[in-house]
Amino acid sequence: MSWFIRKEKNIQTPTEQKKEVPDGLWHKCGECKQVMLAADLRENAYTCLHCGFHERIGSKEYFELLFDGGVFTELNPNLESADPLQFVDSKPYPQRIKEAQAKTGLKDAVRTAYGKMNDIDIVIACMDFSFIGGSMGSVVGEKIARAIDFAREKRYPLLIISRSGGARMMEAGFSLMQMAKTSAKLALLDEAGVPYISLLTDPTTGGVTASFAMLGDFNIAEPQALIGFAGPRVIRETIGKDLPKGFQSSEFVLEHGFLDFIVDRKELKDQLTALLKMIWLS
Amino acid sequence: MANNKVYLDFEKPIAELEAKLEEMIQMAKEKNTHSFDEAINSLKESIQKLKKETYSNLTPWQRVQLSRHPERPYTMDYIRALCEEFIELHGDRQVRDDKAIVGGFGRIGEQTIMFIGHQKGRNTKERQYRNFGMANPEGYRKALRLMRLAEKFDKPIVTLIDTPGAFPGMEAEERGQGEAIARNLREMFRIKVPIICIVIGEGASGGALGIAIGDRVYMLENTWYSVISPESCSSILWRSWDYKEQAAEALKLTAEDMLNNKLIDGIIPEPLGGAHQDPETTFQTVKEFILRDIETLKKEDTTQLLAARIDKFSRMGVFIENPA
Repeated sequence: MSWFIRKEKNIQTPTEQKKEVPDGLWHKCGECKQVMLAADLRENAYTCLHCGFHERIGSKEYFELLFDGGVFTELNPNLESADPLQFVDSKPYPQRIKEAQAKTGLKDAVRTAYGKMNDIDIVIACMDFSFIGGSMGSVVGEKIARAIDFAREKRYPLLIISRSGGARMMEAGFSLMQMAKTSAKLALLDEAGVPYISLLTDPTTGGVTASFAMLGDFNIAEPQALIGFAGPRVIRETIGKDLPKGFQSSEFVLEHGFLDFIVDRKELKDQLTALLKMIWLS
Repeated sequence: MANNKVYLDFEKPIAELEAKLEEMIQMAKEKNTHSFDEAINSLKESIQKLKKETYSNLTPWQRVQLSRHPERPYTMDYIRALCEEFIELHGDRQVRDDKAIVGGFGRIGEQTIMFIGHQKGRNTKERQYRNFGMANPEGYRKALRLMRLAEKFDKPIVTLIDTPGAFPGMEAEERGQGEAIARNLREMFRIKVPIICIVIGEGASGGALGIAIGDRVYMLENTWYSVISPESCSSILWRSWDYKEQAAEALKLTAEDMLNNKLIDGIIPEPLGGAHQDPETTFQTVKEFILRDIETLKKEDTTQLLAARIDKFSRMGVFIENPA
């Protein structure tokens, strides 16, 4: 059986000779590794045709999936991060922002918009994990706060789609206070009796979990998302043990009573519609 | 001067002079002479001068060290010193009593106040008992229960913040650490009595903020308040624990920085060298701040009070808004 054994160690191909599959045509599932046409993946709400794995998508894809005909009006698209603390770690914060903007084509880690979802007026705030880990700084906090105000004034239901590693360290104290700000606005929305649905997707942790993501009238999640306050690495280091399989998964969080239900992304629009029809339009 | 005092690394020169002074005093006593008086006095002066120099030029990291000083007063020390009477109340009515957050009604003169605060331990056993001041969800739920009680009986609330963070354990996750903190943030915006929050030691992240939504938020002079501890920040951004001093600088976590950035309402001064050098003075100052603010806030209309509380936090943040 020696012909199974690699003679030379490791991969020998130099980086420049590696062949890349062109983007956009084929997609390999991050979970089951099976290959499918990118168009089929998109058709399937960016969930794997074979194993149902939910790919990490962003505001562009969610807006397309949820707003009728992909038509929406974006709110406050011109907010951008400043550098109030002149924060420098391995690089200056403004440079980090610029690079993230160039890489993603986004202004910051959340986009907010309103439009129709199956003819229901709705405000959607959707986080973009590709922008510095979906971290919450002043811009994310402010845009979400304004979206909440908008939903309250117009009396449109609000959906916030969270996908975030938590606070943005480069805005330190400012970042922390966005948790307070968004929660304050949600208190007002709650008092106004306007429904708020929080959709938690992979991953939702830290300051986002400990503020608006857990404050929905309905907290729902995509399957197998990582949802928690502390990240798994921190917990592992604290308790000095490996974590059980499935710890902090959507299913785990549902089982412990912190989610109303788990929704497959292919059913998301219909489920949200059904729910809003029952509580808001009847 | 007691010599079992705990000195921080940057206080070593002061420690050396103080040891020398003690020696000299001892010698004078033994020899029953006044001939050292002059030397003793001049040494005392030098010590005072050195202290002033040291403590007026503290780096952010040194403030962090002071905020964690093992002799620093903790929540229960404040409560005992401030209140003529205190009745501690336990439990979240759901799971258990969290020892890392304490609370209860206390009385200062005629004024009844609900005190709630993180509690650290003084020795190894106590520290474990208090879980190092790191609360579980039931701690935040107890805090909210007590705030609702205060609201019911129309008593103002004082929260004392001193935590290295909410506890990152498995059970904390199972019982919804994130949800517990989030709920407190939202609910504290509609508690219809005045809330005064004071960071008395460490103010780490959501674990601190979970009891720190108030009409007045103060930091004692040598405390820190931020989204992450300098050590964790260092380990994440620099991938090593060695950059904690730099991280402390970068995070702008001192009382002065937080006030300049309009993220707190004021700074409560500490005695030279920190709250633990003269706890009585510290308690007195804190008491004056609390009583003064309660007087002011009590007079405010409830609707106004809540609107102002929301408005204050809503204005926090710095961003660029480009014209469309």
